[in-house]
Amino acid sequence: MTDDPDHKPASLLQQDARTKARNAAEKRFRWYGIIAIAISMIALVVLLATILTAGAGAFRQTYLNIPVTLDPAVLDPKGNRDPAEMAKVLTLSYGRVLDAAVEATVARHGIRIEGLSDKDIDGLISKEASAQVRDRVLAEPDLVGQTVEFDVLTGGRIDGYFKGRVTMDSAARDSNTSPAQLQLAQELANRGEIVTRFNWNFLRLADASDQRPEAAGVGAAIVGSFYMMLVVLFLAVPIGVAASIYLEEFAPKNRWTDIIEVNISNLAAVPSIVFGILGLAAFINFAGLPQSAPIVGGLVLTLMTLPRIIIPTRAALKAVPPSIRDAALGVGASRMQSVFHHVLPLATPGILTGMILGLAQALGETAPLLLIGMVAFIRDIPSGLPQGLFDPASALPVQVYNWTQRSDPAFIERASGAIIVLLVFLLCMNVLAIWLRRKFERRW
Amino acid sequence: MYDTNRRVENAVTPKDIKIQARKVQVFYGDKHALKDVDVDILDKTVTAFIGPSGCGKSTFLRCINRMNDTIPIARVEGEILLDGEDVYDRRVDPVQLRAKVGMVFQKPNPFPKSIYDNVAYGPRIHGLSRNRAELDGIVEGALRGAALWNEVKDRLSEPGTGLSGGQQQRLCIARAVATSPEVLLMDEPCSALDPIATAQVEELIEELREQFSVVIVTHSMQQAARVSQKTAFFHLGNLVEYGDTDDIFTRPKDSRTEAYISGRIG
Repeated sequence: MTDDPDHKPASLLQQDARTKARNAAEKRFRWYGIIAIAISMIALVVLLATILTAGAGAFRQTYLNIPVTLDPAVLDPKGNRDPAEMAKVLTLSYGRVLDAAVEATVARHGIRIEGLSDKDIDGLISKEASAQVRDRVLAEPDLVGQTVEFDVLTGGRIDGYFKGRVTMDSAARDSNTSPAQLQLAQELANRGEIVTRFNWNFLRLADASDQRPEAAGVGAAIVGSFYMMLVVLFLAVPIGVAASIYLEEFAPKNRWTDIIEVNISNLAAVPSIVFGILGLAAFINFAGLPQSAPIVGGLVLTLMTLPRIIIPTRAALKAVPPSIRDAALGVGASRMQSVFHHVLPLATPGILTGMILGLAQALGETAPLLLIGMVAFIRDIPSGLPQGLFDPASALPVQVYNWTQRSDPAFIERASGAIIVLLVFLLCMNVLAIWLRRKFERRW
Repeated sequence: MYDTNRRVENAVTPKDIKIQARKVQVFYGDKHALKDVDVDILDKTVTAFIGPSGCGKSTFLRCINRMNDTIPIARVEGEILLDGEDVYDRRVDPVQLRAKVGMVFQKPNPFPKSIYDNVAYGPRIHGLSRNRAELDGIVEGALRGAALWNEVKDRLSEPGTGLSGGQQQRLCIARAVATSPEVLLMDEPCSALDPIATAQVEELIEELREQFSVVIVTHSMQQAARVSQKTAFFHLGNLVEYGDTDDIFTRPKDSRTEAYISGRIG
């Protein structure tokens, strides 16, 4: 075989040098592929594992169960149970009532810990707790004078202790807590007074100030993101699909349509923050729409999403075989009938996929929203539609950005929790895209 | 205007002229694809267009129902009269024209819908039926006309794309026939079919001749000889010779025709 000048193999049972080299190259290439996939899978797993471990805590919350004697002398000084009058009593007074209740509970259990101060005992509960109790009392004025069991939020450090974020060591170096306080919390937990439950409030409540991470939630961000997605859905999708159909099926192919085409591709590549500047100038400064409002965020994201819907929609229309158009025209269908009866149904799965991926991208977009004021501290959930579109709101990715800026490590947990919420929404949208694609896919 | 009652003498039996083309030129951009085509196509006759690839026979076919309008760079000059009316007149809506001049394409292209909907689509958009029963009648008639009824009558709701290639092409013929056109254009209808399906379609063309004027573009000279009464030979954008099929294949007048049918060019 080696002597053969034409490199012809002497036998089929023996591989010649060329075949061996080719097979080796093929094998190497397979390994490159496997390694590439392995790296990306590992990266994904590490990412998800990090976020899940960091963010799982946000979905659990520790509460202290205490009987609170709602002293009428403090909470309703006039004694007429008029909510309007009672509203003048500030959370500060409720704080004193709660402090007394916590101290009473500790005393009742006879817990004695060396170095435990009253400040430590009062610090068990969140600063948010007094607002929690006040809201409840104002809603039900008849509670005043009674002793009512309350599940109040524990402080961020206590919460962190039960989630493993705060340890005795770290507490010793922390001015906001002390080992004695944690010991007390442990004692109360052993007696069943401190419990950890699923934290629905994380999904329901709005943001909270720096001192009370335990009360912060993504409610306002979810509502804000949802409203923005509605705006994008009702603006970007019809405009984008109509533009694609016109450009692909009706527009003459000339210099103007070429320019439009190039610009749509360019627009898709414009950094999203530029759209934020545009939105600030056009919608807020010029049109006078309110800052931080989902309507403005939605409009900005609509501009950003349009090219990202137009491009896949055009691709989907282009993928419909021309023979279908010929067939429709051949039996005397008008251009519009051929598009709407035949081409569009065949392009639907592609259009829907593009649309949902565009929406998903818009859902995760942060930069343009920072410029139109959605990064502001939002304490209230936006109201219902349509007024809610003009209320200040946050958005999920912006909320994540916001929380990662705060100093208290408890906010990192919240930020990871918000990322999990965001990822769940994105996952749902992708599953929906796949499902729609399957449902509408037709073979021809 | 052209008198539709005029009789022509060169046919075996005197027949009406259905389509009359005069000095038809087609340009694709700068390319002069079809030059000075004059042809009279008879009613209730099968006319075959033959010629080597790129000779302009399909281009001319697509001029008759203005399918070339869908190609932006195509430009048509001259006149094509259908029953004495110029189809390129500004007042003509191609949609109305295509209802009168049906077309069957090279590759079977049924809609990805049910067999019934494939055939019913044309009648529906042209409003040819007043109710479901009437539409059912049209569909059955068209499928019978395309010799497909017996094969599909029990599965009309199944997708047309599930049929075999030959059945699909006959479905496309049924679809074209359903709008009761006056002319049926066929652009190499058998090139994607096996010999058995081809034989079925050819048989069908023979039957369709009784109702329509059929114009068929084909690459197969045997097919042209089998199915057509008139044959036109195109070469390099020119209509070289047009006459009775028998004459073209046995006594061609032009040397290029003779060269083509004897296999020396093309």
